[in-house]
This record gives sequence, C-alpha cells and structure tokens, in this order.
Amino acid sequence: MNAAVPPPPLLEIAGLHAEIAGSRVLQGVGFTVPAAGVTALLGRNGVGKTTTVRAVLGLLPDGGRVTAGTVTLAGEDITGEPTHVTVRRGVGYAPEDRGVFAQLTVAENLKLAERPGSAHHYDLVHDLFPELRARRAQRAGSLSGGQQQMVAIARTLLNDNRLVIVDEPTKGLAPRVVTEVAEVLQRASHRVPLLLVEQNLALVRRLARDAVVLDAGRTVHTGPAAELLADRELTTALLGVGARPGHATTPSGGAA
Amino acid sequence: MDTFVLLTLTGFGLGALYFLIASGLALIFGLMDVLNFAHGAFLTVAAYTAWATADAVSGMGGLLLAALVGTATGVALAVAVEFVLIRRLYGRPKEQILVTVGLSLAVPAAVQTLAGADARTFPVPDALAGTVGVLGAQVPVNRFALIGVALAVLIGVRLFLDRTRYGLVVRAGVEDRAMVTALGVDVTRAFTVVFALGGALAGLAGVLGGLYFGSLSPHQGTGLLVFAFVVVVIGGLGSLTGVALAALAVGLTQQYANYYAGGYGDLAVVALLAAVVLARPVPGAPRAAERLRRLLPAPPAARTEGGRA
Ligand SMILES: Nc1ncnc2c1ncn2[C@@H]1O[C@H](COP(=O)(O)OP(=O)(O)O)[C@@H](O)[C@H]1O
Ligand SMILES: [Mg+2]
Repeated sequence: MNAAVPPPPLLEIAGLHAEIAGSRVLQGVGFTVPAAGVTALLGRNGVGKTTTVRAVLGLLPDGGRVTAGTVTLAGEDITGEPTHVTVRRGVGYAPEDRGVFAQLTVAENLKLAERPGSAHHYDLVHDLFPELRARRAQRAGSLSGGQQQMVAIARTLLNDNRLVIVDEPTKGLAPRVVTEVAEVLQRASHRVPLLLVEQNLALVRRLARDAVVLDAGRTVHTGPAAELLADRELTTALLGVGARPGHATTPSGGAA
Repeated sequence: MDTFVLLTLTGFGLGALYFLIASGLALIFGLMDVLNFAHGAFLTVAAYTAWATADAVSGMGGLLLAALVGTATGVALAVAVEFVLIRRLYGRPKEQILVTVGLSLAVPAAVQTLAGADARTFPVPDALAGTVGVLGAQVPVNRFALIGVALAVLIGVRLFLDRTRYGLVVRAGVEDRAMVTALGVDVTRAFTVVFALGGALAGLAGVLGGLYFGSLSPHQGTGLLVFAFVVVVIGGLGSLTGVALAALAVGLTQQYANYYAGGYGDLAVVALLAAVVLARPVPGAPRAAERLRRLLPAPPAARTEGGRA
C-alpha cells in the first residue's frame, strides 16, 4: 500500500547533542518524523526522550543547550530558534507534566493557545472533549489529571499544526482514562502527524506506525513500530524488563 | 478617637503609596524573576519631573499635568532600562541584581548632583492642601486623593490582567513562563509591557509621594522601595489584592506604632514581616495532613502507576 518513494520527512533530527547543567544528556540522537501518522519515541526512563523533544522546541531547562547537530522542520533549519518562533511554524506541544496553567480557567488555557494567523478549531476541541466545554469556567488546577491532559492535548489541536508533539500523555493516569486519551490521540492522528513519547507499549502498538528507540542519549533503533513490538527479544533488550505488551490496558478492545 | 481616625486614614494613604510601588515590583518579579532595585529610582526621577511641571503650572490643572508627566517619566525610564539592560540579562539573576542595584545608587546620586541634596517643597494645589473633618479628626485631603488613586489603579490593573490578552499572558507567565512560549507567545513583549506598567505606577507614586509628604528629595524613592519590598514579601506574588492588603497592613502598622509605640513604626514593620514569614508554611515541607497521609498505606485506587506497561 505504501508509495515506493517516501515523501520527505516533516521533522529531521541529525546528530543531536545536548547538555543540561554540564551533563551530556544527548550524545547523538537522529531520526525523522514522516508527514503522516504517529511516530513513537521510546526508551527507558531517563534516556533522553523528554530532552530530545525539548531540544527540538528550544526549551531545554536550567540553561541547557544544544552543542551539536541539527533540527530541520519541513526543510528549514530550526536548531536553536526561539521557542515561540518554532511553535508558530505549526508545532503543537503537550509536555510531560502537561504544562496546564493551574490558576487559569479551562477557557483561558485554550484562549492563550490561540495563535494569530491560524484558524481556531473550537468545534473540533469541543467535539473531542465535551467535558472541557462544560468545565470551561473551572480553574484548570482543580481538574483531575486526565482532564488536565485533555486540556493539554486540546491546546495542540486548537490551531492548524503541521506536527504535534505529545510527551507521555498517559503517565500516572488510571487505565480507563488511558483508554480515553488513546482514543483522542487516534482521532487527532488522522488530522496531524504526531510525535508521541510513550511508555505504554499497548498504546504504542495501537497508534504508532513508526518507532524510534533511544538509549543513554543515543538513537539505538528506528523502524516500523509493529516490527519492533513483534520482536519480543528486541523490545526486552531495548526497552527493559518492564516491557510487557498488552499489560493492564485494553487496546484489545479495538482489535476484538 | 480622633487621633485614631487620623492615624488610620494616614495609614491608608501611606498604604496606597506602598501599593503603587509594590504592585509593579510584584508583577515584574512574578513574570520575569527580576528583582528590580531600580524601581525606587524611577519614582525619584518621576517625582522631580512632576515637581518641575507642577512648579511651572499652578493649581489643580498643574497637578494633573504633573501626574501625567511623572507617569510618562516612569514609563520611559522603565522601558529604557528593560530594553537596554534587563533584556540582555534574563536568566542571569546575579547580573540583574548588580545592574539594578547600581542604578538604584547612581540615579539618586545623579539627581542629587543636578537638583541638590536638599528636600524641595512639592507645590500642593489649594484644593488638596486643606483638611476634612472625619469623626472629629482633621484629616488632610490628600490622604483621600491617594486612597482614591490607589483604588482606581487596583481596579484598572485587575481589569488589565483579567480582560486583556496581555493580562492573560502575564498571569500565565507568572505560573510557567516556558510553557507560555511553548504556546507560540513571544513573552518578551509581555516583559516590556509589564515593565512599562510598573514604571507608570512608580511614576505615579512619585507624584503622590510628593503630595503625601509635601516634599521630595533624591532618596525618596529608595526609602519607599524598602517598604514596598516588605509589602511584596508579605502579600506574595499570587494576587494583586494580596499586595493591596499587605500594603494596607504595612501602612497602618507603621502609623500606629509610630504614634502609640513611641516612633518605632519601621521596627514594627520588620516585626510584622518576620511574623508573616515565620508563620507561612515552608514550600516543600509537608503539612500535617500530608504527613499523616504518608504514614497510612496507599489505597489501591491511587496506584495508577501499575497501569503502565
Ligand atoms: N533539568 C535537568 N538537570 C539535570 N539533568 C537533567 C535535567 N533534566 C533531565 N536531566 C537528565 O537528563 C537525562 C534524560 O532525561 P529525560 O530527557 O527527562 O529522560 P526521559 O524523558 O527519557 O525519561 C536524565 O538522566 C536526567 O537525569
Ligand atoms: Mg520524559
């Protein structure tokens, strides 16, 4: 079914090295994100997934910086560009800790995400997250973790984006909520390509077409997600003993 | 009773002055993590330009013009300092402190060289020079002017924060500046706006300080700044209303203690500061309820981590 000549990548990361607080966290990350579908960024805790995403966005904490390598978005070099400039190129970002403004209302969180020069798809957001409409006047800090994650994802879908980056959206959520988030991400992935950092392999299996695995700040594997996940030995070697596909969540609901 | 009324309304007036200075400090620190020691210098320079205006144009019209000139002076200075110095030093707190402390010393010294060390009489128009009888006390009219202006500023700044896009960016930026940029917002523009707003309020405070004290001197701003910092520490960065209430508490404490405790107003403010700081829970230190919860076994429902592969 796939075309013989793959289209040029949407995002290309090459030889990325980054330091945070003097420690070399990234030491050669390189992969591409195609212009469609979900690309999963995998790896054990602390291997540099979040740092990679933050480096792409120019958001390294504690004076961290990119020391080598390039980041290219749709053919343009965006390495070291100010964060807001990159985002305005059409990148949505839902960070690991959700980055929801606790003191602002749900509506204000969304309003802040409205980018000038883009359509604002409130119809889509309210269709995907009817609860957010009902709770629009509520302070985001008083929402549950799952609801906050919905706000974070909704902010990335409000504007026309070329790429949406979502970092561990199911972290710390109850299994039922994980399923809800997975459904939303699946629907979102039909509209916009996703770069998804995720530890839940069942969810990765369900959503991702491509997979990238990092270890100790380096890319150690790239390829189709299904192939990686089918190879029990490889997943165990790359992702650790905790990697038990299918455990505890119910993506099988979709397969049944 | 009449003394108490006079002290109270004077405390309110002083609190109004502190509020104008402290609200700018709190906004600037809250959004940008910049401790602006030069804020008092803005006030001093504004007081002098306002004085020059009120000296040239007499009456109520002159005062209004002076207020305008003073406010504009504060804005111009603040924007210039933000643009030329602070902007280059974001994320470098030590250098920022050195630069703003440097300004806080150099600017009053320059003012002293230009205008002389002696205090000058601030021309107060007749309409604001008298007193009004309130419950048997003769209260200077200017106290009410200060209270009125501070209330108007409180309402105005709250409307700005609650109803405008810049206000939204500022409130969000106080919480998590990096995330604001990650939504595509150029937060440095909000920095300039907030600095300008802070400068405007400091400038206005310079004019009102002239009214309140009836005089101005090169170190007026720096002296007031100390109390404004105390107000910010007590009121916190979370809400403008908190800053307003803290300003009121400091103003009143100072007035009451100066009169009833033999002139120890400044010391009483420090005691108030210490009491508030010590009573406040240490961030990160678990509260009693939290400590109790940790002692009990976690209920199974809370263990969602197990749901991840
Ligand atoms: N702010 C920071 N200061 C110092 N080291 C950090 C910081 N953030 C992350 N690191 C280090 O970088 C490494 C990678 O972290 P991270 O990118 O968050 O991993 P992942 O998202 O894959 O779990 C870890 O070893 C972590 O200790
Ligand atoms: Mg991470």
